Amino acid sequence: MKRFYGTELPNPLMLGTAQYPSPAILEQAFRDSGAGVATVSLRREAGAGQTFWQMIRDLSVLILPNTAGCHTVKEAVTTAHMAREVFDTKWIKLELIGHTDSLQPDVFQLVEAARILTEDGFQVFPYTTDDLVVGERLLGAGCEVLMPWGAPIGSGRGLNNEYALRAMRAEFPDLPLVIDAGVGLPSHAAHAMELGYDAVLLNTAVARAGDPAAMARAMVLAVQAGQLAHQADPIEARDMAEPSTPVVGKAFLS
Amino acid sequence: MKIVLNGEPREVHATTLSDLLAECGFSGRVATAVNEDFVPSSLRVGRALNEGDRVEILSPMQGG
Repeated sequence: MKRFYGTELPNPLMLGTAQYPSPAILEQAFRDSGAGVATVSLRREAGAGQTFWQMIRDLSVLILPNTAGCHTVKEAVTTAHMAREVFDTKWIKLELIGHTDSLQPDVFQLVEAARILTEDGFQVFPYTTDDLVVGERLLGAGCEVLMPWGAPIGSGRGLNNEYALRAMRAEFPDLPLVIDAGVGLPSHAAHAMELGYDAVLLNTAVARAGDPAAMARAMVLAVQAGQLAHQADPIEARDMAEPSTPVVGKAFLS
Repeated sequence: MKIVLNGEPREVHATTLSDLLAECGFSGRVATAVNEDFVPSSLRVGRALNEGDRVEILSPMQGG
């Protein structure tokens, strides 16, 4: 498995911490899935922050703070600095939102912010589109991981553009690539891994499921199955049938 | 002195950022910004506050 800024993950599932019915269920989802990375955010202190932090620390997972909701370079860079101090990590999931309805990344500002943060010593995980040229620019800005969207955040649509995601995998064969956002079902997560992606980052699909802990477990099994399948070199699809049972030696009985 | 703390107008006695945190009962892990600029925890003691300053005090929260 590829390393993420030098760090190997215990399994290819990165799990968000928002929208769970309760902190206990959130905790159970992490324990049942063994997800090794938790995404977190920073918000105005209203009393619950310290309890949440204690719980996340007790999970002993890697922390990936985000810049969710940021719309400008300045806002994202400032948020990243605040997150680095609070969470004591160089990792930052860089989100720069450009469109209100689709939450599509503003890739122009994303590249600029990635460059600033890399120069400031951050290890940037950019939430991006499946655009190859943007991917190149992000690498030029110092990113060593790319996180293209599968579909809009929270939509649960799976991989909207498999062609583009395949192309991205082929374009950057040695780079850790993460499908971030849009996964709704374990089959979507497995699909991403079958394409050769290195991890899947999801939140809503687990947190909003009727049984989040069970869904988290299903997701980790799916990413592991997809990863194993990719390593096992799957067959190509064909248009017509090909008998699997040998034709030679068949008795003449008609 | 009137400032804006996490988006709400507040009347406070504190004249530095570190005093403001103490006055308003913030403890534990928080990050601070004044007028949209990050202020590292090591610089809070010396960061004077002025009338109308916009202070943000953020803490860990759930995120995706």
